[in-house]
Amino acid sequence: MKARVHIMLKNGVLDPQGEAVRHALDQLGFGGVEGVRQGKVIDLELSETDAAKVQDEVTKMCEKLLANTVIESYSVELR
Amino acid sequence: MHAAVIVFPGSNCDRDLQVALERAGAKVSMVWHKDTELPTGVDFVGIPGGFSFGDYLRCGAIAANSPICRSVVAHADRGGYVLGICNGFQVLTETGLLPGVLLRNAGLKYICKAIGLKVETSNSVFTARYNAGGEITVPIAHHDGNYHVDADTLAALKAEDRVAFTYVDNPNGSMDDIAGVLSQNRRVLGLMPHPERMAEPAHGGTDGAAMFDSLVQNLVHA
Repeated sequence: MKARVHIMLKNGVLDPQGEAVRHALDQLGFGGVEGVRQGKVIDLELSETDAAKVQDEVTKMCEKLLANTVIESYSVELR
Repeated sequence: MHAAVIVFPGSNCDRDLQVALERAGAKVSMVWHKDTELPTGVDFVGIPGGFSFGDYLRCGAIAANSPICRSVVAHADRGGYVLGICNGFQVLTETGLLPGVLLRNAGLKYICKAIGLKVETSNSVFTARYNAGGEITVPIAHHDGNYHVDADTLAALKAEDRVAFTYVDNPNGSMDDIAGVLSQNRRVLGLMPHPERMAEPAHGGTDGAAMFDSLVQNLVHA
């Protein structure tokens, strides 16, 4: 089974990279971009086939390593 | 005092830290990240600067989950002393031994220069040889030194006198100019500036040496 993890900075945590991208878009003439937040996508290929078990296991991976929950939120998408 | 300096792939200040500790009189063992145990009799662990594991995923995240770090956390949990400098500070926040996280510098640039630091507390074995409120000059060299922590923890850090150093002129956007913080038991310190790179006259200054002198003398007598 495949799982995709989306990791984003939590609301309220300043994202200077996102802000730099927003500024660059503005410079390129893409007006009206009011905010940019940059995140990460991590794709996992897992031998487990039980969706509930995968969900549980990947959540543990996020808590332990993939995300830093002080500043990041994550969501797990099974594919 | 028997010190261990942890070496990760990508550490680049490990030898600087070794030299600074030895200069102050410590016996130093270099310990590889794949080792599972600290050498017997280690009083103090130093986690050096650098770019452990290429800063992949997040700065310090992979190192914090390496085999030796389990022993470092156990050492700290037993009341052992730990110092994390620069990438070492990032590793300590990722292990949970210190609160908060180091975000990308607000100006997005890697900054390498000598800066002014204000000593906020002399109440720790690391800062006992400094005067609280005094200023020292130490280099910084980082891309991710922008200290961030939630409001409640920030209030607790201040109330418990656990902010060890602040920047005189904030270079990276750190909350409340924070450059270094102590653990609750005051035996774990993480800081972004590099005292080991300002520890002998050839470095251009010796303001960092007092930290290692204090460590060696106070731990020997502890």
